[in-house]
Amino acid sequence: MTDATANTPAAPKEGKHAGSLFDADARTQKRNASEARFRALGLGAIGIGVAALIVLLVSILSQGLPAFQQTFITLDVYLDEAKLDKNGERDIEKIKKVSTFGYAPLIKNAMTSRNEELGIDMAALGVSDKEMSAMVSKEAAAQLRRFVIANPDRIGDTVEFEFLASGRIDGYYKGRVTLESAERDSNVSPGQLQYADALKEGGALSTHFNWGFLTMADASENRPEAAGIGVAMIGSLYMMLVVLFLALPIGVAASIYLEEFAPKNWFTDMIEVNISNLAAVPSIVFGILGLAIFINYAGLPQSAPIVGGLVLTLMTLPTIIISTRASLKSVPPSIRDAALGVGASKMQSVFHHVLPLAMPGILTGTIIGLAQALGETAPLMLIGMVAFVREFPSAPPEGFFDPASALPVQVYNWTTRADPAFVERASGAIIVLLCFLLCMNFLAIILRRRFERRW
Amino acid sequence: MNDLRPVERTVDTKEIKFDCSDVQVHYGATHAIKDVAVKLEDKTVTAFIGPSGCGKSTFLRCLNRMNDTIDICRVQGKLLLDGEDIYDKRVDPVQLRAKVGMVFQKPNPFPKSIYDNIAYGPRIHGLARNKAELDEIVEKSLRRGAIWDEVKDRLDAPGTGLSGGQQQRLCIARAIATEPEVLLMDEPCSALDPIATAQVEELIDELRENYSVVIVTHSMQQAARVSQKTAFFHLGNLVEFGETGQIFTNPKDPRTESYITGRIG
Repeated sequence: MTDATANTPAAPKEGKHAGSLFDADARTQKRNASEARFRALGLGAIGIGVAALIVLLVSILSQGLPAFQQTFITLDVYLDEAKLDKNGERDIEKIKKVSTFGYAPLIKNAMTSRNEELGIDMAALGVSDKEMSAMVSKEAAAQLRRFVIANPDRIGDTVEFEFLASGRIDGYYKGRVTLESAERDSNVSPGQLQYADALKEGGALSTHFNWGFLTMADASENRPEAAGIGVAMIGSLYMMLVVLFLALPIGVAASIYLEEFAPKNWFTDMIEVNISNLAAVPSIVFGILGLAIFINYAGLPQSAPIVGGLVLTLMTLPTIIISTRASLKSVPPSIRDAALGVGASKMQSVFHHVLPLAMPGILTGTIIGLAQALGETAPLMLIGMVAFVREFPSAPPEGFFDPASALPVQVYNWTTRADPAFVERASGAIIVLLCFLLCMNFLAIILRRRFERRW
Repeated sequence: MNDLRPVERTVDTKEIKFDCSDVQVHYGATHAIKDVAVKLEDKTVTAFIGPSGCGKSTFLRCLNRMNDTIDICRVQGKLLLDGEDIYDKRVDPVQLRAKVGMVFQKPNPFPKSIYDNIAYGPRIHGLARNKAELDEIVEKSLRRGAIWDEVKDRLDAPGTGLSGGQQQRLCIARAIATEPEVLLMDEPCSALDPIATAQVEELIDELRENYSVVIVTHSMQQAARVSQKTAFFHLGNLVEFGETGQIFTNPKDPRTESYITGRIG
């Protein structure tokens, strides 16, 4: 074969493979075309998935990030002894008798003096006294009262406080409320907004990061600015603890028995089928089960993390069992043979060799099960965790029996409320929930990498 | 077939380690081992040869009850180790396997350090009272496994990081660390290159001094090189059992002759 003939098509030949290798025949072209079509389809599918994810993230972040910012009004409040402690005895019981109504005038006085200081003319803005008081959150008086009860010796002093601005004023700085919309709004007047601008110019009003969103409890309908996810986070944490300490040992023990010790017969086959079926049962069914058994029959308290944890344990068990069995199965039988060959008992071979090798898979499955449980809403609503809870549950173990909320339920709860400020907070809670889920999945990946061993 | 020349061997009559008679093995409906009767001697290498699927591995796994792990497997007949029936109800297979060690076809070290691989057996059987004794057992086993010089500086390295031949010798060392009386080897060299194979064969010959060794092999050259007694299996039957030299030069059964000369298999 010389160079001259190398790149020119060979003469046509007879037989099955007639024709040059340089031009693809019809069959090959067809095959290549269908492969190209399939690749395009796959790319398209991935593109749609990624686009949906981006749209979701952008919408949640744009709606929810403002929830972490809050508008505050700084006031110097004179803690008037004549109003808070008439006799000057500093008796904590007597001070406690003064309700939040008693504190409201102090805030009003503080605002008036701040106006004088900054030279703001309320009459010119058309803001009445009542409207002026409505600038700060209704939570402010409660905040003041908590401070006084904690520090009775400060009565008579003038103390600087940072109060939450009311939801509408906060919305003005987040673009939710405008001067035009305020005309039609019975809760806020354009004058109040101009007054807020004047306060901001004078440095008495500022917007910054709001830790309260993460630490405070839920708040009622008319004070969205004070609502936080503190109770919901603790409730979710307690439930995850219950799930972890119940579902992991039960699930792993069940899988080890089924995979390594149980005889293979119709009975174990049936159990296996039923476990797979349980994994597919709608979660609300577990809620009904929990309501019937744990609350109605066993008499456990409603809205308690222990009940939520038990229900979520039932829900997570199949996931953990299935993933644990899969990772036990993936340990090569030669390892079991090796252990048995040197005279280890069945149990020693499982616990010394098989289980450590299956650990990464077990942990990954458990964390994914926990993440699934963390985001579950429906069963929790049935056992009363949708209730409005202001009180923080106490420390474990008593805290497991105190009423609490849960993150996804809190999100649901807020989206059903009328005030648009709650939509922002619901999105903020979703961001926190997503952060937890991301952290858990990240942990699963790290554990898998860390403990992965080759054989 | 030069390798098949019989080696001059002195086969003394030794005491019987395993006395098997009338052994039947069923896998579900398949009759895998039929009426096998064989007497395995102490301090002797016995080779099981035969075509694939003839039951030689199955029979080997009966000797330390590894077949117990297979649900559908049923073993009948008499298998006496030092006069005791190992399939008696009172026998704990775990105790039996400490006495009858096994090396598998594929090297299967634990994914642990070399030290822990060897120390595992003695630990679970309580053979060492303290760390010093355990160290001694590990060193002795690795020396007898002919791998000490290669690994003595890296006992903490994972056993899975060794080469195939080293892994297999590690597995042999692990098997002898528990001081078994019989060592079963299921095609121990099938995954090894010729050099590693030679090392393992040399090792088997040394082990003969202390143990009764039973080796399953597909290589007739290997059987001729390492064994004193050979058993030929065919379709679940023990066709012929005798001294290795006699089997390879003067087989009594025509089937043995056909297999050795390459006509069946």
